[in-house]
Amino acid sequence: MKILRDFTKRMFNLFFRRNREISLGFYGPPNAGKTSLANRICKDWTGEDIGKVSKMAHETRNVQFKEEVEIKYKDKSLKFKLVDTPGIATKVDYEDFMKSKMKKKQAQKRAKEATQGIVEAIRWLDDMDAVIIVLDSTENPYSQVNLTIIGNLVARDIPVLIVANKIDLKKSDIKKIEAAFPEYEVVGISAKQGKNMDEFYESVFKLAKKA
Amino acid sequence: MYYREVSKIVKRKKEGLTLQFIPFSEISNLSSVERIKKLLKIILDNKVVVLQGRLKPEEESRLIEDTMIMIGNIKGFKGVELAVVEDNEEKTFFQKMRFGLAKAIAGQQNSITIIGPASIVKEMKRDPKRLEVMMR
Repeated sequence: MKILRDFTKRMFNLFFRRNREISLGFYGPPNAGKTSLANRICKDWTGEDIGKVSKMAHETRNVQFKEEVEIKYKDKSLKFKLVDTPGIATKVDYEDFMKSKMKKKQAQKRAKEATQGIVEAIRWLDDMDAVIIVLDSTENPYSQVNLTIIGNLVARDIPVLIVANKIDLKKSDIKKIEAAFPEYEVVGISAKQGKNMDEFYESVFKLAKKA
Repeated sequence: MYYREVSKIVKRKKEGLTLQFIPFSEISNLSSVERIKKLLKIILDNKVVVLQGRLKPEEESRLIEDTMIMIGNIKGFKGVELAVVEDNEEKTFFQKMRFGLAKAIAGQQNSITIIGPASIVKEMKRDPKRLEVMMR
């Protein structure tokens, strides 16, 4: 049944949606480097950024997107709508922001925006053709947030690529991420330094085929 | 087997901490909205929920959504910590079929979900084989 459904979907895409834009979402926990990766792609292919990055969690508090991003790999080219989403978390405490010398009112405002951003990110899941899950390869991948995001994508039949970011850091451990998600392709990159982006683009093209 | 492990899993560091065990039968007939409402009500009562089984992925994301909305509206509420412990044992083809059939009939009961308010539960550290729950 699934084979038949996939075949029909591929045929439909082949004949009717050849030049369509693929909505590619960037999901993951806060501070994993979703915006850094989206920025890297945008810079590579459009010369512009998609959003601001910072060391403080919940810097991205709104879904931000860039349309008509044409990515070329070997002799092929595909058009994407990149959708960068706020990091999904199960808790947001304004006092955490105050540790970074933020004033109480400002921290409360940031926390409120962060919670609204998380709700927005979850609601956008339905609009994605494919999703890149960006994980910090220096952190434990077994958090329930990661499993919940993947579970929701599987339930919606949305293809997934897992990116292990921050491979330039000493504590980085891609094998741990591969062991946690054995059913998925994992690509190790450093969005900040642009490491291993060729392999990443190759995987994006493979992902787009499934979309 | 899981129920005995729960006492080991949750390190009781804070006096007056209440764990509320919910058997799957208590939520099996509820709709997704009712399930989440029931769990959040217990969490808002500053109790840690130990649920037999697990929620569906879409229920988990709905729980996160509702939690985020509550953070802005309920004073002192900072969200939740959530973890699921599952049976990771390698299964043969026939065991997988049996478990799949049992799951379809009775729901996913072969796991434990722990949800606690972030004001009480500081962190849940999980690896494939164990779960550590750190209290504030």
